[in-house]
Amino acid sequence: MERVPILKIGDILLVSIQLDMSDQTAIQLQDDLAERIVATGTHGVIIDITALDIVDSFVGRMLSTIASISKVLDAETVVVGMRPAVAITLVELGLSLNGIRTALNVERGMELIAASRADEWDEADADEDAETTATP
Amino acid sequence: MTAGVDLGVPATQAIRSDEDVVRVRQLVRTTAVAVKLSLVDQTKLVTAASELARNTLIYGGGGSAEVTTVEDGRRRGVRIVFADQGPGIADLDEAFTDGFTTGGGLGLGLSGARRLVDDFDIWTAVGEGTRITVIKWSR
Repeated sequence: MERVPILKIGDILLVSIQLDMSDQTAIQLQDDLAERIVATGTHGVIIDITALDIVDSFVGRMLSTIASISKVLDAETVVVGMRPAVAITLVELGLSLNGIRTALNVERGMELIAASRADEWDEADADEDAETTATP
Repeated sequence: MTAGVDLGVPATQAIRSDEDVVRVRQLVRTTAVAVKLSLVDQTKLVTAASELARNTLIYGGGGSAEVTTVEDGRRRGVRIVFADQGPGIADLDEAFTDGFTTGGGLGLGLSGARRLVDDFDIWTAVGEGTRITVIKWSR
């Protein structure tokens, strides 16, 4: 069975799917990614599907599951590079990819992750400020 | 029943494993390109084939996919016949309902695949097996 490589680039994990995955390869990727998220303590995962010429219900479910797993592990998943024909087909198939954030390309995906981390820091700061003012 | 005159010799791919589902996708893609289906239609047909090949493997216990180039006088198309000698489908209405599954999937395989092709025909008998024929025509 082939395996999809997971690359660590700065603070994020990048998965670029370059092969027509068998269902077993897709399940393996799900498991590998969960382990790497914990091992690296990353807060962002980008899955690049530019090279995928189809996304069927199995791969669609895998993407949703990865997004849910990473959320539980305090990381955000962004799927990037979906081809227009794939998007059209997914909608007709009836797959909504619930809970998955998407971006047009890797660069935008990285911006999205950076922005959502920054928002979280702002919220944390605001909470701290509120606490300081509350105590006289 | 689905129309169409055979233009070439059918290519048959056995479906016995995960890897065979990948091979069905590749065979269908090659044929769809040769028939000059548009990119969107290629994508729809390969996606439908992937769903149906997985069904043949998981629910039918394995079987085969036969891919043929066909024509109906005005246009050319790709016909795929998925056949298995599995348990058959007891309740077809239920099997075609979005979200219905007995296999732990999303339940979009049959109904989704039917939406993605132009012609869809199913024969099934409990205890004998299932045979699904789909065609995608060039525009």
